[in-house]
Amino acid sequence: MSNTIKHSIYFLLIMALQVLALNHMNLGGYLNPYVYVLFLLVLPVHINKSLLLLLGFATGLCMDYFGNTLGLHASASVLLAFMRPSVIQLFFKNLDFSERESPMISRVGFMGFLKYTFILVFLHHLLLFYLEVLSFTDGLQTLLAVLLSSLLSTAVIMILVLIFGSRKT
Amino acid sequence: MRNLFLFLKKNQFFVIFVVIQLVSLSLLFNSYSYHKSLSFNTVSDFRGMVFSSYDAIVDYFYLRAENEALVEENARLRSQQSVVFPDQDSVVGIQDTLYQYVAADVVSNTVHRRNNFITINKGKLSGVEKEMGVISGSGVAGIIIGVSDNYALIMSLLHQNAIISARIKKNQHLVNVAWKTRDHTTGMVIDIPSHIQLFEGDTIVSSGNSLIFPKDIMIGTIIDHQKSASKGLEEATMKFSTEFNRLGHVYIIKNQHKEEQQQLINPEQSSNE
Repeated sequence: MSNTIKHSIYFLLIMALQVLALNHMNLGGYLNPYVYVLFLLVLPVHINKSLLLLLGFATGLCMDYFGNTLGLHASASVLLAFMRPSVIQLFFKNLDFSERESPMISRVGFMGFLKYTFILVFLHHLLLFYLEVLSFTDGLQTLLAVLLSSLLSTAVIMILVLIFGSRKT
Repeated sequence: MRNLFLFLKKNQFFVIFVVIQLVSLSLLFNSYSYHKSLSFNTVSDFRGMVFSSYDAIVDYFYLRAENEALVEENARLRSQQSVVFPDQDSVVGIQDTLYQYVAADVVSNTVHRRNNFITINKGKLSGVEKEMGVISGSGVAGIIIGVSDNYALIMSLLHQNAIISARIKKNQHLVNVAWKTRDHTTGMVIDIPSHIQLFEGDTIVSSGNSLIFPKDIMIGTIIDHQKSASKGLEEATMKFSTEFNRLGHVYIIKNQHKEEQQQLINPEQSSNE
């Protein structure tokens, strides 16, 4: 199967899960899992960097469309896309990825993928939550929300890749 | 000049990042103003359909609570009826026809964001337009900010731009209601004159000044009013009468004389539009 088609299918499935199920999940107002970033996490390592940014922007806009938050998710997702190459460089410097290979558990190990996911999800959530509450004054409360939601998003992403990851190449 | 291009090319990744980030942020900050959000928000039947298919499944889980709310509303309407009947020949009866109510179902709703929106299953084809008021069975719920053929998007009271003109029922003083907390059950009553003391349970109703909501629609009841030492305008905490968390059915309010009233207030603006 062509890589492009494979990743397009990931995109549709992950967005459907996010928009139809997870967007409606509100645990105490603090825990909003945003796992749609998984799509950006599993793009091929050697993807064209400008394309990566554009895909980040498009993914974010798609979320914004369903959540009435024009620009909010776009901004956070573009940040994630921008940071991704550096984080890959930081954690997986010693690994040689082939042209079309994605950073998956089978390749980088469970802990490796966990670190990679958490750092990027945390940065994404940090910008997302602070942009959303700009006019709120409860800075520490928001930080707590960022931290808890990052943990939850990471947990859901890890569960998803453990269930479906074995079939991905 | 050549050096500039070389620099841009060398830092292509960073430059593109900055450009896209600036685009995102300008979109975001534009959407934060009430008037811009009126023109910016795209409502489409596609999104409405996605939400209503989800809603069709989830609806069943809330039937019980929804029924209870409808029964409560019925009871309250019945009790009002006895008051209204004797007045039917008088002016009050005519005033009533100024507003038309359209019932709609909520297909999507959030309460935990900083800016919350409600999507309903009535749109242009049912005569719904932007800037119409929306109430629940128990009180004010929001304002329509976008319409497609079959769906409409509502700015919930739980939105930083949703500031509603209100009145303290017991003494008819004008105040405003805003949402500043994270809590979807409480709002703030702002611009309270400093000589007014509010007590727990005091009722806040719509003022009828805004052309959007009729007079005396319930907004909430006061929980706490702490007098401040300064002589400026004061704030109080209020419990919303609408339970945003379990909003199922709402009513859209059409003001039949809105255009006429608007023209009277601001002839230039309405002729421009």
